[in-house]
Amino acid sequence: MTELLKLSGLTRQYPGVRANDDVSFSIGAGQVHALLGENGAGKSTLVKMIYGLEKPDAGTMQLRGAPYAPNNPQAARASGVAMVFQHFSLFEALNVAENVALGMENPPKMHALAQSIREVSDAYGLPLDPDRIVGDLSAGERQRVEIIRCLLQDPKLLIMDEPTSVLTPQEVEILFKTLRKLQSEGTSILYISHKLEEIRALCDGATILRLGKVVGECDPKVTTARDMAEMMVGQILHVPSREGGETGDVLLDVQGLDFAPANPFGTRLKNVSLRLRAGEVLGIGGVAGNGQDELLSVLSGEAKTGKGAITYCGQDISGLGPNARRKIGLLAAPEERLGHAAAPNMSLTENAVLTGNIRKKLSKNNFVNWKKTEAFARDIIQKFDVRTPGPASAARSLSGGNLQKFVIGREVLQDPTVLVVNQPTWGVDASAAAAIRQSLLDLAAKGAGVIVISQDLDELMEISDHFAALNEGKLTAPRVAKGLTVDEIGMMMGGAHDLEEVAP
Amino acid sequence: MDFGSINPVVLLASLMVASTPILMAALGEMVVEKSGVLNLGVEGMMITGAVCGFIVAVETGSPTLGFIAAAIGGMALSMVFALLTQVFLTTQVPAGLALTLMGVGLASLLGQNYQGLKPPPVSDLNIPGLDHLPVIGPILFQHDMMVYVSLLSIAGVWAFLKYSRAGLILRAVGENHSAAHALGYPVRMVRVMAIGFGGAMAGLGGAYISLVRVPQWTDGITAGYGWIALAIVVFASWKAWRILIGAYLFGGITVLQLNLQAAGAKVPVELLSMSPFLATIVVLVVISARRHGASNAPAMLGRIFHASH
Repeated sequence: MTELLKLSGLTRQYPGVRANDDVSFSIGAGQVHALLGENGAGKSTLVKMIYGLEKPDAGTMQLRGAPYAPNNPQAARASGVAMVFQHFSLFEALNVAENVALGMENPPKMHALAQSIREVSDAYGLPLDPDRIVGDLSAGERQRVEIIRCLLQDPKLLIMDEPTSVLTPQEVEILFKTLRKLQSEGTSILYISHKLEEIRALCDGATILRLGKVVGECDPKVTTARDMAEMMVGQILHVPSREGGETGDVLLDVQGLDFAPANPFGTRLKNVSLRLRAGEVLGIGGVAGNGQDELLSVLSGEAKTGKGAITYCGQDISGLGPNARRKIGLLAAPEERLGHAAAPNMSLTENAVLTGNIRKKLSKNNFVNWKKTEAFARDIIQKFDVRTPGPASAARSLSGGNLQKFVIGREVLQDPTVLVVNQPTWGVDASAAAAIRQSLLDLAAKGAGVIVISQDLDELMEISDHFAALNEGKLTAPRVAKGLTVDEIGMMMGGAHDLEEVAP
Repeated sequence: MDFGSINPVVLLASLMVASTPILMAALGEMVVEKSGVLNLGVEGMMITGAVCGFIVAVETGSPTLGFIAAAIGGMALSMVFALLTQVFLTTQVPAGLALTLMGVGLASLLGQNYQGLKPPPVSDLNIPGLDHLPVIGPILFQHDMMVYVSLLSIAGVWAFLKYSRAGLILRAVGENHSAAHALGYPVRMVRVMAIGFGGAMAGLGGAYISLVRVPQWTDGITAGYGWIALAIVVFASWKAWRILIGAYLFGGITVLQLNLQAAGAKVPVELLSMSPFLATIVVLVVISARRHGASNAPAMLGRIFHASH
């Protein structure tokens, strides 16, 4: 096999952290190579260097035997390197063709471009209308825009950063078919993921990064997922466990809820009904952008709904705001950590008082008791292993995973009767994610009801009693999570409503 | 009220003159906002342009040189804003407000010795063949050069944003600066250029007031037109052609109330002078009340871009 890209001794130093330390590996022509690692292992930095967004402090790259040092993404694209980003680099208010044109060096005239978009999208089985506004597309369709943008440039190396995190299992299958077709045409693919089963199914080789260093190479076809996971994490994984608790009375009852969000690109909730019992964990899956944020906002009380839509312990709470709901024990932790769940420039102590004030009685006569608040913040930091210099640190100074632990911990430690969380372990490393899941399970074991909205199906299957899926603002009827097959889940997420009858 | 003494042809012709300053300033600001930058310094850039244009026109005797100087003056002041917001990453709202205060003060200082002087007249450029058409001729085709320039620049900006590659990149930067950066576009450079264009247009608009509309120099000559221009960008939902409508609507009411004053309408003068601004407020309220009215705003409007993310 001939070598397409060879990295030797790449090093990149950021203030206070060495993101990449002497990283070397190579990718053969027509090979699908996996780059594995936890969040913060340095995968993103590495691909940014390959794509010309960052420059290495030391080390060299070679593309087809020639020295390769792109100064910017344009230069990388000119050399035949294309990239599909994890957080889509798309422009919502522009249409598909305009988005594609922005990713090309010398785009043809718009109607010619629209024509070639149609051709390529047909050839690879990725149907896409060039005139649609990207803000109206589903996550899967948006990814197609990115992929087609790359394919139109006939890349030699395609970099894909966590491409499946937003797709349904069926869409993942389509994506894999496209990737295999590309591979058969001689394109190399650098595939970044932490989903090990996918890597085993798709990739020919894998490089594993931990804390910026290469800790191993393996052939994913013959290595078990568990071995790879342990190489990634560097320790034995703890799997959350639960005592199959009894479920009790209905705590939260949502019937026929319709909700139109203020954001024009938001998703309308249509006729959503769900029932949450004491001691139950209800997992809500679905591809991002199908109404997860909206569902959280109506449950937390940020958005008001029609009378009688939400009943909590027999009381109609549709008209109550977030603080009134907190008071009676309904707490929520939204997905967006900085700016939604936490105020970025405020300290952890100040952030603790923002949601904990009522239940933890952190203020008296409208004066904050800072001593008590700081003790609460310390309690969260200690119990949830938040790595930070102390409660006086600003929320924005924490890494995403650490802040996530703080945000979840803040709600869990307030002893909620019902807790609603959105993406509780997003961006959290594997061992911390396991700890967060365990805390949610413990909460349920003590008799609380927990709703977990997540895009990580493995996570939902691990902790849920019942599973439902959001699809274009509609919620499927919940089903018993145990024994659901990947196919069934995929059908629920894709909106196959014939399955709805089999409710528990 | 006596409408009899108001000649509709003269009214419409003076409407175009009254609207041109706002039209130019608003068009420039729209381009700035399309790139994701909110520059509240329009008033300051306008008045700086007004004084620069006035001084150069008086000293050289050439209104054309005056307008060129006005554009350069407005652009120079806008570069202060660009320096603050794009290099030092200060928040845009206070930087823009400071720019207005600074521009007004600067213009006062520069214009001290020019109070009461008369600028060289700006000659009308009648379009041959069309200027003698009945009614239409005097309304549309007997104006000075800048009126035509302003109309052409509306068409130019519209086509630039809709059809050109550079226009697409500018919109992309205003929609999602991180994505534009990830694709390798120079976010700050695009924004600095947009800010400069906005400054030049505001300067031209200001000079139109001091050289054509009024024409003389007094302190505070722009009289809040810069703020109206900002409102008109919202009114126009960031679309070039609607800037035209908005500016002419505002200009129309301004001219009408002046004519009513002259005709001796039995309404307090203060109320009449207020009416264009009141109308602007009403229109803005109506626009924001419409559900998707305000949502056409560029997504990154007023947000600071840190290249490291």
